[in-house]
Amino acid sequence: MAQQLDRLKETPSQTAGPYVHIGLTPNICEIHGIYEEDLGTRMVNDKTRGERITVKMRIFDGTGAVIRDALIEIWQADADGLHNSPSEPRGKADPNFTGWGRQASDAETGVFTFETIKPGRVPFLDDRPQAPHISLWIVARGINLGLQTRMYFGDEEKANAEDPVLSRLEHQHRGPTLIAQREGDTYTFDIHLQGEKETVFFDV
Amino acid sequence: MRNVKPETGGFFQRVRSWHPPAFAPGYKSTVVRSPQRAPISFGNTLSEITGPVFGREILGPLDNDLTLNYAKPGESAIGPRIIVYGQVLDERARPVPNVLVEFWQANAGGRYRHKKDGYLAPLDPNFGGCGRTITDEDGNYSFLTIQPGAYPWPNGINDWRPAHIHFSIFGHGFVQRLITQMYFEGDPMIWQCPIVRTIPDKRAIETLVAALDMEATVPMDARAYKFDIVLRGRRSTMFENKLEGN
Ligand SMILES: [Fe+2]
Repeated sequence: MAQQLDRLKETPSQTAGPYVHIGLTPNICEIHGIYEEDLGTRMVNDKTRGERITVKMRIFDGTGAVIRDALIEIWQADADGLHNSPSEPRGKADPNFTGWGRQASDAETGVFTFETIKPGRVPFLDDRPQAPHISLWIVARGINLGLQTRMYFGDEEKANAEDPVLSRLEHQHRGPTLIAQREGDTYTFDIHLQGEKETVFFDV
Repeated sequence: MRNVKPETGGFFQRVRSWHPPAFAPGYKSTVVRSPQRAPISFGNTLSEITGPVFGREILGPLDNDLTLNYAKPGESAIGPRIIVYGQVLDERARPVPNVLVEFWQANAGGRYRHKKDGYLAPLDPNFGGCGRTITDEDGNYSFLTIQPGAYPWPNGINDWRPAHIHFSIFGHGFVQRLITQMYFEGDPMIWQCPIVRTIPDKRAIETLVAALDMEATVPMDARAYKFDIVLRGRRSTMFENKLEGN
């Protein structure tokens, strides 16, 4: 026998279910008057530094149908690559940028829209700069454990090519599933839960 | 407020076998929504280690009282009054202070205030179904609500959800993000629920069952259920592998 490590086990996940918006974006499902506004709707204000962008995302299931009952949260660095978080050791991030967004999709089109800024670069474990990216967490009915992935930017070819995460993907042809395409100030990012174009998800 | 230096270590690897698998055909919705390829792992960078933190200024005075936060003045939601309380801890058994906990649930008849829920049980005009709070310095949280009802759902022809409350919990790092459901001690419906049964290990399921706590019950007012939540723990920065001059 040895001493006990006395670790606890993480609380097991359960699906967010079909009514996740009641809890997390109640104003979207017409429950008004409890919260003034849904949390995570506004990431930027007039004073936020950096390049304003719009990110439009969609999620497709294994039959190719767009999902309309999911919820996406995003987390990203500010224009200088700093996070608005007490756990950020490198300095103070832009106080006018939350870095965190939460959205339901449009009920008809399934499009999630985030108004944000393009993030700066965040170092990898060995201090190499990562390409600019946005972290995603996806929950919905039929998803038992929130899905983690990242969105990279299609117009950052050089940074993407040297990114420590993208470049170590064993199946390099899957890399493009993580890259959003730019048109004007809007990036489009389609997420596929299954199939030929299945998005790379992370266990991090 | 105690001034504790925030920890910046990476998180312990998630024990995925303790969680339900993505593909769990007893819960039919997972069949076309489960990724089929192995997820990719890499060590936590600051994108994973950091996360949003919310101040108490976002909270309204009734955010942690679902009996009143949607009720007309002088009225309250119908159903057995309960207090749900507990502590948010990490895998190292340390309290997780100042984190946002959100919850949502059906009303006492098992009906959600949602246009896609057409269950026969009526809406309660005084019940919205959501609330939130922030843990204190010792990781404690509590809220007042009514006990939700069980409800049928389209999966098999006769599947029912046990009474449950949905929980969303933030940690201090984005990869601690967790959604789960709390069940009630003694409910025989728990063990036949296809969603509960996506979790492979019975001991894991038992950690989702809140205990009736008569000591914390408020006499002549509300019974109490205790539900502790464990988030992923961080490695101590003492062991981080980035050496000076490296
Ligand atoms: Fe539910």
